[in-house]
Amino acid sequence: MLAVATPEVLWWALLPVLFLSVGGLLLLTVASLVRRLPDWLPQAWTVVTGLAVLVACVPMWCEVRDEGPRTTLAGSVAVDGSTVLVTAVLAAVVVAVALLARPYLRREDLPGVEVYVLLMLSAAGGVVMASADDLIVLFLGLEILSIAVYVLAALHLRRIESQEGAMKYFVLGAFASAFLLYGMALVYGATGSTRLALVAEHLSATVLVDDSMLLAGIALLLVGLAFKVAAVPFHAWTPDVYQGSPTPVVAWMAAGVKAAGFAAMVRVLVTSLGTHASDWAPPVGVLAVASVLVGAVVAVLQTDVRRMLAYSSVAHAGFLLLGVQAADADGTAAVYAYLVVYALLATGSFAVLTVMGGDGDAAHHLDDYRGLARRRPVLAGAFTLLLLGQAGVPFTGGFVAKLGVLAAAVADRGYWVAGLAMLGAAAAAFVYLRILVSMYLEDPDAEAADGSTGPAVPLGARVVIGVACAGVLFVGLVPGPLLDLARDAVPVLVGS
Amino acid sequence: MENLLDGWGITLATFSPLVGVAVMMLIPKEREDQHKLIALVTSLWVAFVGVLLLIWFDLDHTDKLQYVVDKVWIDVISSRYAVGIDGMSLPLILLTMLVVPLCIVYSWNHFPDPVNPKAFLILILILETGMIGTFVAQDLVLFFVFFEVVLLPMFFMIAVWGGDDRRYASLKFFLYTLFGSALMLVSFLALFFLTGADTFTFSGLADAVAAGGVSRNAQLWIFGGMFLGFGIKVPMFPFHTWLPDAHTQAPTVGSVILAAVLLKLGTYGFVRIAIPILPEAAVSWAPWIGLLAVVGIIYGALGCLAQTDMKRLIAFSSVAHMGFVMLGIATLTDFGINAAIMGMVAHGLITGMLFFLAGSVKERYHTLEISRLGGLLVQAPRMGWIFGFCAMASLGLPGLAGFWGEFPAILSAYNPGNGVPVETFRTFMVIAALGTVLAAGYLLWLLQRAAFGTPPEEFADDPHITDTTKHEWISWAPLLALIVAIGIYPNLVFRVTDGAVDASLTPCLSVEGEAAEKLDCAEVYKIGHDDGHGDGHDDDGHGDEHDDEHDDEHAASGN
Repeated sequence: MLAVATPEVLWWALLPVLFLSVGGLLLLTVASLVRRLPDWLPQAWTVVTGLAVLVACVPMWCEVRDEGPRTTLAGSVAVDGSTVLVTAVLAAVVVAVALLARPYLRREDLPGVEVYVLLMLSAAGGVVMASADDLIVLFLGLEILSIAVYVLAALHLRRIESQEGAMKYFVLGAFASAFLLYGMALVYGATGSTRLALVAEHLSATVLVDDSMLLAGIALLLVGLAFKVAAVPFHAWTPDVYQGSPTPVVAWMAAGVKAAGFAAMVRVLVTSLGTHASDWAPPVGVLAVASVLVGAVVAVLQTDVRRMLAYSSVAHAGFLLLGVQAADADGTAAVYAYLVVYALLATGSFAVLTVMGGDGDAAHHLDDYRGLARRRPVLAGAFTLLLLGQAGVPFTGGFVAKLGVLAAAVADRGYWVAGLAMLGAAAAAFVYLRILVSMYLEDPDAEAADGSTGPAVPLGARVVIGVACAGVLFVGLVPGPLLDLARDAVPVLVGS
Repeated sequence: MENLLDGWGITLATFSPLVGVAVMMLIPKEREDQHKLIALVTSLWVAFVGVLLLIWFDLDHTDKLQYVVDKVWIDVISSRYAVGIDGMSLPLILLTMLVVPLCIVYSWNHFPDPVNPKAFLILILILETGMIGTFVAQDLVLFFVFFEVVLLPMFFMIAVWGGDDRRYASLKFFLYTLFGSALMLVSFLALFFLTGADTFTFSGLADAVAAGGVSRNAQLWIFGGMFLGFGIKVPMFPFHTWLPDAHTQAPTVGSVILAAVLLKLGTYGFVRIAIPILPEAAVSWAPWIGLLAVVGIIYGALGCLAQTDMKRLIAFSSVAHMGFVMLGIATLTDFGINAAIMGMVAHGLITGMLFFLAGSVKERYHTLEISRLGGLLVQAPRMGWIFGFCAMASLGLPGLAGFWGEFPAILSAYNPGNGVPVETFRTFMVIAALGTVLAAGYLLWLLQRAAFGTPPEEFADDPHITDTTKHEWISWAPLLALIVAIGIYPNLVFRVTDGAVDASLTPCLSVEGEAAEKLDCAEVYKIGHDDGHGDGHDDDGHGDEHDDEHDDEHAASGN
């Protein structure tokens, strides 16, 4: 008999993926069997699944912290602080999006189950991606994540922009995946392994006489990942997709997809290809500065709030890249702290946008925000806090996040990169200020002023916005815990 | 009596306004009287704490930080909650604590449109926290945080309660300042990482730089970044263009706070952070700072002569006055920087007063167009006289506070500090002196056009034009009294600042300069002394003051 060696499996470490994928599939099965599900059920199911993942993360975190990081499934899945932190972020965003989705679906009169199923599957992909210790697994996760998001983007059946955005996203995304795959192939060719630990081992042990294949591979990997996180010049899809997709889905794209993308990027570039940082860090720095500047400047020119926030998310990606290009533990920790804060900011902001969208998800023009402070003072106040956080004003989490990546860049002697990025940040502040000016300083339109009190804020959105604001403030006032957490989350490669 | 505030007095003063804000948040905005009362009580309480801080301040050791708190704040980035007060910050803190309640009293019954006292007063109190915090911070990150906190309330104050062009003005103010502070933050971080210091505290960084951790070139760049941040805030020529717009559009109280305190955040940054931490770079930058300062003096004065709007004119005069302050700072001498701090206080009092007056004029005449004004002395004689008094103070009449800011600053340029080119600064001195002539010109001309003569026909029988009201008296009297008091006895300020300035310049003294030709410090003072008496306006108080300075200087040169 031939003994087939089965790899050791740490089941507890796979719980999040199992919860999310099984949860998604179970919901799909039940929904296809039962003719009419009450519309609270899929939402509740998704929320429970997300919370279960969050709960599962706690013992995982303790385990990893006490026993050290490790790897499972024959070295293809990493179990370390990075995995747990990003998983928790993704799960929290899933819960938030699920809370936002039901009132949105009801308002837009859209069928109810697919969103939740796709959301959970996409999150499962994100978790796989964030924990991938092997390039193939990374690709697997990326595709699970992306394909679900392509469909989610097209979910608003009656808005042509939704279909258009999804089409663009899909075509460009497919290209990006191809680039990524090609890059993986070349890296494999150069190093003889797809396992990140072995790649790193190989590169530190041997001096490549001709490293052109490796460099080409890194470049293509970078293209693929930069597309996912929407860094300039691979950002062209962002404004259209953000504008077209259903707004709760945009929250997932901004907070969730970006978190998974950066987790993967950090693991591959900083941890695995760290020996070649001198090759990839300068281009990443260029991408960072370009993203911040282009994102900020073009955002200024927009009049649609969703497009503004889309470009501002490009600028945020630039700041995150600033931490990546530092290519050290401090930079990585700063990236994780930034990701957590940005997840709060983005979910909260897009929750406000979901509420503001009104029937047909169309009221996203800057003028629609006129005089909001008078019509809906609390909503306007919350949005103000979130926007100030995005601008990086002190005493909000945004300041802590920006300070972290900036410090990492400066510590790495990246003065020009840091200086230019800060100029971009100042320009970006203007964008947020424009929305504030519109909310506080301009009178509402005549029709809006006629006794209208502004959009109704459903309970789910209240919870999401409230939690996001509280989190942003908490991190701003007491940054210590988050920064410690981020420091513990720096990924580690564990050899076989 | 025992110092009861040691260890927590600063924290109390800094964050008390926020307690007031929290209470006001809970009260609906319709109860306007309650809001006014809470805001006033809060600001008076802060002022009271300020008085206590002054009483227990050890005036014999002004060079030592007092009421120090130094606790871990954000451990991960080595930032500390480090605060303290020394002789350099004390006058500015007290100025802030004085101006804020006066502003609240002044706006008591006439809030600008759209009235909303709740929001307006909340912004003022947040501003107070930011301003006091900036002056007490002893840690770069903490300083930056407070420096930025000031920005948003002022933005909203201009943007909501401002004049017709308020949106443009407020955005310009915000963006200018933000760009400056963006580069400043990069400089701070670069300083931290290049020195390898283990904290962001000023003293720690200064020691680390002195230990030789940073190359000269890097120091120059870092100083450049700080220069942008602080220079925009001051504002120095050519970064001053936001100031006239902001001042003109801001509501009266906003202008007063802007002029009296916010501009000082920039100059304070120079004397507290940039120069003590990077003495070597300061020496290299000094001629350029001096150049921009005198350009600002002349440009501001010429700008004043060209203005047709009273508030805009006063705003341009701020550019000129801050030029004198920066000139004093650029000399890198004990004398010059003392003069600069005096200049900051004097400018805060005088220009604050002028903006109050402009606001009152605007309220009565509904215009600030100088050509339409006239005859203030006839229609509102008391206000007209106060206006004349402030104009005199602003042009630097000896015996009033303004004199002690300008004159020593000019004088100090005769003999700049170690390593600063002497000839250049003497040239600056001559140009700056010309600036005082222009200042007399534009202020007297303004006075002549606005206050003298007969009232123009359109306002001749206007019943709205009344003399100074009770609220105006209450809010102006302390400022007027201080302008006279400091003018007669400038040692009120100099005695406090001198020790601290001396200590902050100690690193500069060790910088090797190329300029070998140096006068003895005492000689400068002799010249100063002679000139002072030559003016013929001097009284005994001034004589005393010179002698004191003289002694201090001897002590300093003995070091």
